[in-house]
Amino acid sequence: MAVCIAVIAKENYPLYIRSVPIQNELKFHYTVHTSLDVVEEKISAVGKAMADQRELYLGLLYPTEDYKVYGYVTNSKVKFVIVVDSSNTSLRDNEIRSMFRKLHNSFTDVMCNPFYNPGDTIQSKAFDSMVTAMMVQAS
Amino acid sequence: MESLTLTDVEQKYYSDLFVYCDTDNTKKVASNGKVLDLFRAAQLPSDVVLQITELCGATRLGHFGRSQFYIALKLIAVAQSGLPLRVESLNSVKDLPLPRFVVAKNEQEARHTAMYPDLENQGPYQGVIPRPPARGQVKKVSAHEVIQPCVPTVEPQPDTTSPVVSPHHSPPTSPHAWRKHKRQASGGNVERPPVVVAGAVWTPFRESQSGTHSILQTVSSLFQRIVSICYFPLNVSLANEIQRQSSSGYDDPWKITDEQRQYYINQFKTIQPDLNGFIPGSAAKEFFTKSKLPILELSHIWELSDFDKDGALTLDEFCAAFHLVVARKNGYDLPEKLPESLMPKLIDLDDSAEVPDQAPDVGYSGSPVEVTPNKSPMPSLNQTWPDLNQGNEDTAIVHPVPIRMTPSKIHMQEMELKRTGSDHTHPTSPLMAKPPELSEETKLATSMKFVTVNSGDGYSSSDSYTSDQDPITSVVTRQRSNSGTSPEGLKVVAAPPPPPPRPNASHSRSSSLDMNRNFAAHPTGPQQSGVVACPPAIPPRPLPTQTSGPHSGHRSDEGLAAHSTTSPQQIPEQPNFADFSQFQAFAASDQPNDDGEKHPESLPSTEGAGPLRTVKIDNQEERAAATVNSAKGSIMAPPPKPVRRRLKSEDELQDEALPPKSNVIATVLATLPSIPRSVGKDKKAIQASIRRNKETNTVLARLNSELQQQLKDLLEERISLEVQLEQLRPFSHL
Repeated sequence: MAVCIAVIAKENYPLYIRSVPIQNELKFHYTVHTSLDVVEEKISAVGKAMADQRELYLGLLYPTEDYKVYGYVTNSKVKFVIVVDSSNTSLRDNEIRSMFRKLHNSFTDVMCNPFYNPGDTIQSKAFDSMVTAMMVQAS
Repeated sequence: MESLTLTDVEQKYYSDLFVYCDTDNTKKVASNGKVLDLFRAAQLPSDVVLQITELCGATRLGHFGRSQFYIALKLIAVAQSGLPLRVESLNSVKDLPLPRFVVAKNEQEARHTAMYPDLENQGPYQGVIPRPPARGQVKKVSAHEVIQPCVPTVEPQPDTTSPVVSPHHSPPTSPHAWRKHKRQASGGNVERPPVVVAGAVWTPFRESQSGTHSILQTVSSLFQRIVSICYFPLNVSLANEIQRQSSSGYDDPWKITDEQRQYYINQFKTIQPDLNGFIPGSAAKEFFTKSKLPILELSHIWELSDFDKDGALTLDEFCAAFHLVVARKNGYDLPEKLPESLMPKLIDLDDSAEVPDQAPDVGYSGSPVEVTPNKSPMPSLNQTWPDLNQGNEDTAIVHPVPIRMTPSKIHMQEMELKRTGSDHTHPTSPLMAKPPELSEETKLATSMKFVTVNSGDGYSSSDSYTSDQDPITSVVTRQRSNSGTSPEGLKVVAAPPPPPPRPNASHSRSSSLDMNRNFAAHPTGPQQSGVVACPPAIPPRPLPTQTSGPHSGHRSDEGLAAHSTTSPQQIPEQPNFADFSQFQAFAASDQPNDDGEKHPESLPSTEGAGPLRTVKIDNQEERAAATVNSAKGSIMAPPPKPVRRRLKSEDELQDEALPPKSNVIATVLATLPSIPRSVGKDKKAIQASIRRNKETNTVLARLNSELQQQLKDLLEERISLEVQLEQLRPFSHL
C-alpha cells in the first residue's frame, strides 16, 4: 500500500502525483523530487547498452526512517515513483513490481487515448481509480 | 425591398439559417457576425458577398433583418449558380438551388447530409408525409409559426445533389417544418428544426428535453424524422411505428436504437468506408471534437468506449462513443464504466442491419476476452489478482511471496488438481484421491494454517496473512492431507496414495505412537506437551536435514543453511513424514498397529541405503519447506512439490519418533476449534483468528524445539534400523 504515487515525465516534471494522507502532501512531493536524482543516477549508470540491459524496475531508490521510495522507468524515460510507508511491514518486492506493472499498463492506456496530449497532466478517471486502489486505505 | 417569393423549401431553409444566425434570439435580426460567417461559408468571393449584402439592403439598414437575410441567401444561391447578381434575379430565377454553405459549423448538417444525400430528392415534399405528432418534447417553433412571409408555393424542389457538405440536407426537419407550414394550425408540434449549425443537432435535443424524455426519445425523434423522411417517405405508418417503438420505454437508457445505429454506421462510413476496419485515434479525435464537448469529457468517453485499448475504434466502439457523446450533449452524465449495452460484444450481435460481412466484426470484438484484467473498464477485484499472481509465479519458488488469491480460486485450483490425471509423477495426484476429505481437512487445516502462517519467520506480513488465510490454509491443507492421508491409502509403495481423512490419521498415529513408545522408549513427555496446536500445515522444513546432517552430509548442510529459519515449521511436518512411512506399512496391513512389525516390512520397501533415503527426504523436505514457505499463498507450484515430497518420504521414511509428533499434531488438530474461513468473514473474525493463531503459534514454537530434539534421536534410530534391514534383506527376500 503506497502513501504516494507519482508519474514524472521525461523532462522531470510531474504528470501525476497523488498522495494520501493529504496533509503531508508537500513532504511527499519533496521526497519524490529528491528521488528523481537517484533515478537519474541509476538510469545513467548503465551507459552503453541503454535500454537493453537496463531493467525497467529500479527497485528501492532509498529508504528513510519513515518510508521507502521505489522507482520504475519506462523506455521513454517516464518515471514512476512509489513511496511506501516503512511501518507498513515491508511489502514484497514482487508486490511493488506488480504495482509498477499496473501503473505502467494504466499509463499506456492513458497514452492511447487520442484526446490525451503527451505532456499533459493525467486526468483520466480510470488511472485515478487504479491509483486510488493502490494507495493506503486506512487513513 | 422587393418582395421575395420563395419556395417553401427555400422558405424553410432560409428561416432555419436565419435562426442559426439569430444568436441573439431576437427573431428579427440576424447577428452580423454570424451572417458574415455564413456568407463566407458560401465560398463566394468576398466582393460578391459584399455585393450581396449591399443588394439585400443590409448595408443600408446596418443589420440583417429577416427579409434582408432571405434576400441575401437568395442572392447567394444566385451567385453560386453562376448567375449575375441582380435584384431582379431574385424572383426571376426559377428553380434556383438552395445556397450552399461550406462551413465547419455545418458539419452537423454535413453528417446528416452525408447520411441522406437523397434528401433533396424528396421532390414530393409536398407529398404527404404526415409527421408523427408531437412527442411532447417540442418546443414551440414560434419563429416558424409567426413568420410566414410567403405563401407557400408548392414547387418541386429541383434536386441538387449537393455535395456531402451541402447544407441542403442539413435541416432534416425542413421538410418537416415545411409540412408544418402547410398545416399551419398544427401547432408547435414539431421539434424545433435542428438549426443548421454547429451543435444544431444537439441544441434542439437539449431544448426539447423536457419532461419525460429519455435520451433515446430525443435522439430517436430526430432519427425518426430523418429516417421517415429519407427512407420511408411515404410510409406514414412506419414512421408512426418507429416513434412508437422509440417511446415504448427502454429500460436501458444506454441502449442504441436501430435508427441511431444506422446513423452511427453512416457516420462511421464517412470516416472509414470499411465497416470492419478501424477509425484511427486521430480521426476519431477530430470527429468527436466537432461535438464541442470538452476535451476532458471526450477523453473520458474515449476511455470508456475503446474497449480493447488499441487506440482505434471499431464500428461498435465508435457507436458506443457516439452514443455517449450524444448522451452527454443531452445532459446525461457519463457513466463511470461502459454500460452493458454499449459493450462491443453485445453491440456486435445486435447489429444485423448494416454490415454484410458481420463475421469478422463479431469475431473481433465479440470475444469476451475483451475483458482483460488490465484493461477492462469493469472494475473487478480480480484485476489485482492476476498481476500479483503473475508476479509471484515469475519469481523462484523459493521466494516466499504471498499471493492474494480468493478462496474460490484456490478451490478451483484444488479441484483442478484433483481432476488432473492420476499421473504417478504428477504432484497433485494425491489430491485426487479424496477430494471430499480435502475439504474436511481444509477446515481443520485453517486453524493449523493460521498458526503456521503466523509463526512464519519473516514471511509475508500479517496483512497478507489475513487475506491469504484461506488460500494458505487450503494450500497447507492440501499438503497436509497429502502427507497425512496418503500413506494410509498406499497400497503400493510407489503409487500416489489416496489421502485418508486426517482424524483417522491421528488415530493411527496415536496407536502407532504407542508402538513407538514401546519401540523407541522415548519419553512421552514432549509428545504430550505438544498437545497444543501443532500446525502440520507447512511441510517439513529441512529440520530433518539438520538432524540428519551427519547422515546426509553436504546435502543436508545445504538444506540446513538455506532453511534454517524455517526449521521451526518443519517439525510439524516431521510427524507426517514419519507417519507416512508407517501408514504405508499400515496400508499394506490395513491397520496401523504394530510399528515394530511394520517397520521391518516397510523397510524392505525402502530400498536403498538409509542415508540415501534420509538425504532424499531431507532434500524433499527442504524443498517442500522452501516451496511452502515461499508460496504461502501461491497455490499452483508449491503444493505439488510438497505432495511429491511426501510421497517419496512416505515410501522411505521410517522414523518412529515422528509419529509422536504427528500425534501431537493430531491432538492439536482435534483440540483446535474449527476456525471458520477467514476469507469472506468480517475483519474482526479474521483478527480474532489471527490472535488465536498467534497464541497457538508461540506454543507451537516451544513444541517445535522439543520435537526437533526428538526428531534427531528418532532419525538416528531410523538409520540404524535401515542398516539392519539391509543386512536382513538378502535373507527375507529369498
